[in-house]
Amino acid sequence: MTVTAKEILAGDVRAAARLMRDLDDEIPAAVRVLKSLYRHTGRAYILGVTGAPGSGKSTLVNRITSLLRKRGKTVGIVAIDPTSPYTGGAILGDRIRMQQHALDEGVFIRSLATRGHLGGLSRSTLDIVNVMDAMGKDVILIETVGVGQDEVEIVKVAHTNIVVVVPGLGDDIQAIKAGILEIADIFVVNKADREGADKTRREIETMISMGEYGEGEWKPPVLPTVAATDTGTAELLVEVERHREYAFREPHIARYRREKARVELLEILKTRLIEKAVSDLESHGLLEPLLADLARKRKDPYSISEKVVDHSFALRLLGGRDNPPKKKRY
Amino acid sequence: MATAKGKGSAAATKRAARKVRILVGKPGLDGHDRGAKIIARALRDAGVEVIYTGLHQTPEMIVNTAAQEDVDGIGLSILSGAHNYLFPKVMELLREKKMGDVVLFGGGIIPDDDIPKLLKKGVDRVFTPGTRIQEIVEYVNARIQPRK
Ligand SMILES: Nc1nc2c(ncn2[C@@H]2O[C@H](COP(=O)(O)OP(=O)(O)OP(=O)(O)O)[C@@H](O)[C@H]2O)c(=O)[nH]1
Ligand SMILES: [Mg+2]
Repeated sequence: MTVTAKEILAGDVRAAARLMRDLDDEIPAAVRVLKSLYRHTGRAYILGVTGAPGSGKSTLVNRITSLLRKRGKTVGIVAIDPTSPYTGGAILGDRIRMQQHALDEGVFIRSLATRGHLGGLSRSTLDIVNVMDAMGKDVILIETVGVGQDEVEIVKVAHTNIVVVVPGLGDDIQAIKAGILEIADIFVVNKADREGADKTRREIETMISMGEYGEGEWKPPVLPTVAATDTGTAELLVEVERHREYAFREPHIARYRREKARVELLEILKTRLIEKAVSDLESHGLLEPLLADLARKRKDPYSISEKVVDHSFALRLLGGRDNPPKKKRY
Repeated sequence: MATAKGKGSAAATKRAARKVRILVGKPGLDGHDRGAKIIARALRDAGVEVIYTGLHQTPEMIVNTAAQEDVDGIGLSILSGAHNYLFPKVMELLREKKMGDVVLFGGGIIPDDDIPKLLKKGVDRVFTPGTRIQEIVEYVNARIQPRK
């Protein structure tokens, strides 16, 4: 069964789910569909939710989804959990907190495993967000695990980034200092029913106040929530809405679109270039001998990479002949 | 760039990295998901991507989730005694959605007499209490392949 762009644009759930699988599994034919979908993307509002394991992200995403549905918005959710580095398997458990939406046709939830990709997202996340976007989802929520500089990837993908912290974790604050401050458009202190919520909130506010914000520049608000009991979530949505308006105003939206385009292109290019280089080397029977040379320290990987890049790509890009490197040259 | 285009698709013929995806859930009204969690972990350790939905799932929720997640198999733990309703209902909904190729298996407290009836309705395998986890993992490995 091949999936068509038409089915996706019509919002066909089965077709979309299969296309997402094919993209996640790197099936080449799936990319063809994405090519024709691409111009239909860019309409959805993308909201990132990140934070430490167990901080309540899924519970929060569930609440936000309910509020958005009440306003008649359709919602796509991409929930990412880590792949076990030892077995390659994963338990994708974010849905547990979201099953109240399982029968709602206005909500499409997709669980993804990181599959070894760093930065909190799976390699396929952007593609899958694009499919949801093309399906016509008004809002796409992306839940990613982690706190720290690793998470910067999400920043370029989402219009608005929510960072979830919980009270009483000194380490959390350390992580915030280590760079998450630049990521957050909105801070949520979830589990505010626990002791120390006020203290955590004040600490984050102090950190924010030390930053320099220009006239009219967005300053991240800090909001206490108890996602478990749906407390503070309506207030959170007010701030989300406020940031959405800010993010869609010029010059912010133009900058976002350019940055997202850059991430998209560079990510795809990176993958393609590596695939091409490796397949070039393999098809000339060069890869294994080179690795053997490297292992014996008879060559270095820096020089080899330079040569591969020069020979594999430069000539072709400049319109030169397809000039496969001779075995001896390496 | 006409040649580059052709080259691109040639490079793209690299092997696909399909992974098995299995939904593990617990329908019915009782509140024990220990068994389901143990199976989820064992399958994860066998390299499977397990979509774990938790407790109190209706057949409709299970099948909707299976559709959105594009799973190859569904494993259900049923302790409530409602297996004669739940399994056939899930199977029926799968067929309705043209998802009859999804492998449905399960376990729990299910009397031996009921098993042939469930198999006839399209359930692929029913495990009885006391089954070793390894046996379930071996079954999944042998029986469930990622779809084409
Ligand atoms: N006390 C309290 N518990 C909460 C609150 N919000 C969520 N929880 C609980 O915290 C636990 C984890 O919640 P999740 O929503 O699964 O957290 P998560 O950040 O998505 O977790 P991972 O995806 O595993 O990283 C669950 O047991 C929730 O019921 C809250 O505001 N207060
Ligand atoms: Mg979660």
